[in-house]
Parts: sequence; structure tokens; C-alpha cells
Amino acid sequence: MCGIVGLLVKKPALREQLGELMMPMLLGMTERGPDSAGLAVYTKPVGKNELKFSLYAPSMDYDWGALEPKLKKELAAKCKLAIKGNHAVLTTALAESELRAWLKAHFPQLQVLATGRSMDIYKDVGAPAEVAARYDFKKLKGTHLVGHTRMATESAVTPDRAHPFTAGKDFCLVHNGSLSNPYQIRRKLEPLGIHFDTDNDTEAACRYLEWRMREGDDLAAALKKGFEELDGFFTFLMGTEDELALVRDPFACKPAIVAETDEYVAISSEFRSLAALPGIKNAKLFEPMPEELYIWKV
Amino acid sequence: MEGVSVRKRNAEQTAGVTFDLAKQKVRELNQFLHHDLQLSGAKQVEVNNPNGTHSIAVGVDAPVDIQVRGHAGYYCAGMNKLANVTVHGNVGWGVAENMMSGIVRVKGFASESAGATGHGGTLIIEGDASLRCGISLKGLDIVVGGSVGNFSAFMAQAGTMVVCGDAGHALGDSLYEAIIYVRGEVKSLGADAHEEPMQEADHRKVKALLDLAGFAHDPKDFRRIASMRSLYHWNADANQEY
Repeated sequence: MCGIVGLLVKKPALREQLGELMMPMLLGMTERGPDSAGLAVYTKPVGKNELKFSLYAPSMDYDWGALEPKLKKELAAKCKLAIKGNHAVLTTALAESELRAWLKAHFPQLQVLATGRSMDIYKDVGAPAEVAARYDFKKLKGTHLVGHTRMATESAVTPDRAHPFTAGKDFCLVHNGSLSNPYQIRRKLEPLGIHFDTDNDTEAACRYLEWRMREGDDLAAALKKGFEELDGFFTFLMGTEDELALVRDPFACKPAIVAETDEYVAISSEFRSLAALPGIKNAKLFEPMPEELYIWKV
Repeated sequence: MEGVSVRKRNAEQTAGVTFDLAKQKVRELNQFLHHDLQLSGAKQVEVNNPNGTHSIAVGVDAPVDIQVRGHAGYYCAGMNKLANVTVHGNVGWGVAENMMSGIVRVKGFASESAGATGHGGTLIIEGDASLRCGISLKGLDIVVGGSVGNFSAFMAQAGTMVVCGDAGHALGDSLYEAIIYVRGEVKSLGADAHEEPMQEADHRKVKALLDLAGFAHDPKDFRRIASMRSLYHWNADANQEY
């Protein structure tokens, strides 16, 4: 079991309150996922030639002090580092491959959780309330977010196996369910040069869909192929820089409910995590149908 | 008055008891319904602010009227015996699962597996019911005002399902002796389910259930889906094709 939550605000003024509105949604899914939590938030994009890297360090008291000066000195790169405990978001104009290679050489203990122009990722082990407090989720601002509470079934409880998973740029995916052929997917993708960070089943789905989109499919076409190749149970909630997308397996084995008002679209595994949203009493509530793709644009 | 103080009240004062699940735990409500209801003499129980809480009014075994004012979570009114439970909102998975008797009415829509394994009584869903409605039905009557999702009445053994709207794929797959009446379109029938001609007794049965539910449809608009009973005996020549 796991819990998924998604929130997209329609009115620009509400972007300031994105994290605050989301908090009861995430906490409401604690029983479905008490061992880890995480979220991807989509903020104002960085400059055209810049990229953001969500970094993860092995401990909360990690000393980030050396990274920025060394990067500036050795690569003569402009960069900005925003630190939250063991997470940091690095913004730079360096090419992705160059930065990744440099980090691997000089800071091998740092993991790159995500890359993009508008997406920041925070995920860690612990109860959702603890994780949310650790990274101050309630203060997050942005247009939309994708969150997850995890009850691990398919791989160990570690920060990098918490959701969301990401691949490519500004694409993330959270999953409630379990895939039965992640290794088959992996054996298909690895010879194409696609690297996996973990042995988690959700990562296989995430990398598969991102691969399809890099090959020219749009999300709908990628998911259509996904229905043929991904075997198992899933409700997937996905984020891109300007949309949220939701899909359920053909048997709808895992739940999902959507609440829509003039102000927001909120998605969750269960209604109880939507109950505290403002205006929920008059929201349009519906259950997404199996095998149908739902997309909401910012 | 709040449910916690009910033991101290006499029967006349407690004809109606209210629980507020924004302030009280569902366990308090259910413990009252299981242990203190009779002593309290309450005939009506109101449940406010359900907010999607699971297991509201499960396992009730008394002729009491329960009004749930909002959306309920999973397993609402599960195993219900004798009680009339009305949910003024939607319900999550497994509403009235394994209910034995009484009436459970959902004013909104019901999520998956509504009325699963129900033995008796009546489950009325005014809106749509999601996938697997009436799975493994064992005698309960289900009336759905809207449509039902895929795999509804899967392996249903006894009881009746009346669907005023449409039905999804694989309706009545591996059906035993339960009977399904559908007014709208059926996306596909499951293995061993087929349509049979409506008889006078079918019209009477549908009318009685529609009247109970308060749905004004003409029983003549319904079609009867029942088991072909070809799966009752193992057929070695079927090559697993049904």
C-alpha cells in the first residue's frame, strides 16, 4: 500500500500557499504510507540556459560548505546552492553531463535526485509528518506538486527508493501498487544506455515512460505503450513542468479520487486526505476510470 | 448530545445521539453502536463530519437508524445487521461488505467492491458504483441508480443486482445463481453469463426493488442476466476457453 497526492492550483495567488494546502493531504495518507515520504514541486523555471539539480547527501548534518566554492573555482561556473538539511538544490548554467561527471569525481557521496528547470525534489525515510517538517513542505510555493507516502513492498526502505522517481528533465512519477516485470523493463532499457539508480519497480516505469517520450511519444502515447509493456498494479501520478497526469491499471487495483474546483485540482488515493481542502464540499468529485489518461494543465 | 456521555442518560433523552468525527474517533462511535446502543435506548444515530473515515458503523447488530452526513471512507456499514444506514455523500471501497440484513443507502457514488460478499438485506446506491460491485454476492439485493464498473457481480452466488444505468466489462463473470437486471448498455458479459428472457416474476422482483429504492423506472426496460451454468462442471475438452 502507498498513498499518492497531487495538487495543481489554477489561480496564481494560490501558488504562494501550495505547500500549506497540500500538507493535510500528505498527512492524511500516513496510514497508507508510514515509512517514507517525498514530493516534487514545480516552481518558477530557472533561466533559459540554467538547470536545477536536486542533490541528496548521506546525513542531515552534511557540510555543504565545500561544494559551491570548489565548483566556482574549478569549473568557473556561476552557481547557487539552496540547502535544506541533507537536500540541496543547485542551480547552474553548466551542462548536465559535465556537472554530473564532476560531482561523481569530487563529491561521490552526493546523489543527484532530479534535474530540470522547474522541479525540486525532497524525499526521505520517516513518517510523512517528520519528512514534511524536515524539509518545511508547508512553505513550498509553486504551480503544482506530486507527493507520495510509502509502505514499501518491492524494495528496501531507503531515501533513494522513496518516491517520487524522476528521469530526464522535470518529469517525475509516484506509484501506488507493484509491478511484476520491472526486471524485464530494465533488461530492455539498460542495453540502450539507460542507467538505473535503484532496484525499485517504480523506477523501471518512470525510466520506461521517460524513454518513450525522449523517443518522440507524447505522454499519452508513452502510456499506451506502457499498458502493453508494464505488467502489474498501478495508479501512477506524474508531473511535468506544466501538467499533472494520472492513470490507473486496467483492473483499477489501486484507488484514486479527484476533486476539482475553480481554484484547484486535487488528487489523492482516498477522499480522507482531501477532506480539509477549502471548498471541498462543493468540489466536483470523481473516481478516475481504469486505463484512461487524465491530464491537467497549469 | 455527544455519544461519549450517553451511558449516563436515560432512554427517553437519548432517542437521538450525535457523533462528530471531527472531534471523536470512529472507535467511540462503533463501541457505542456495539455495546451501549441498547442501554441508551437510542433509535437514531447521527454521524457528522465523516470526512472519508474508514469503518464507520461497521458490525452493527441492532434495528437503529444511522445517518452519515458526508462522505464515508472504506467499509462503511460493513457486516450490517438490522440497521438502516444512510450515507449523505459518497463512500469508499467495500461499502456494506458482507452485510447480513437491513438497508444501506448511499446518496452519492460508491467506490470499488460495493456490497462484496453480501448475504442479505438491501444496498441502494443512488449514484454510480465502481468496479467489482457485488463481487461474490451471497444473497444481498443491490440496486444501483447509476452505472456499475467492470467485473461487477463476479462469481455472484445468490441475490439480485438491479442496475438502472450501464454496466462495464465482464458483467457477471463466473456467475452462479445471482440474477442481474440491467436497464442500460452492457460493455461485455463475463464468462458463462448470458441474457435470458424476462418473465412476470422478474418484472415483479425488479419493481419491488425499484419501489424500495425509490427509482421511477419501468421494470419492462430491464434485461435479465443469469448464469449459463456451463462452468458448474469441469469440461476437459474446453481447453480453458470459456
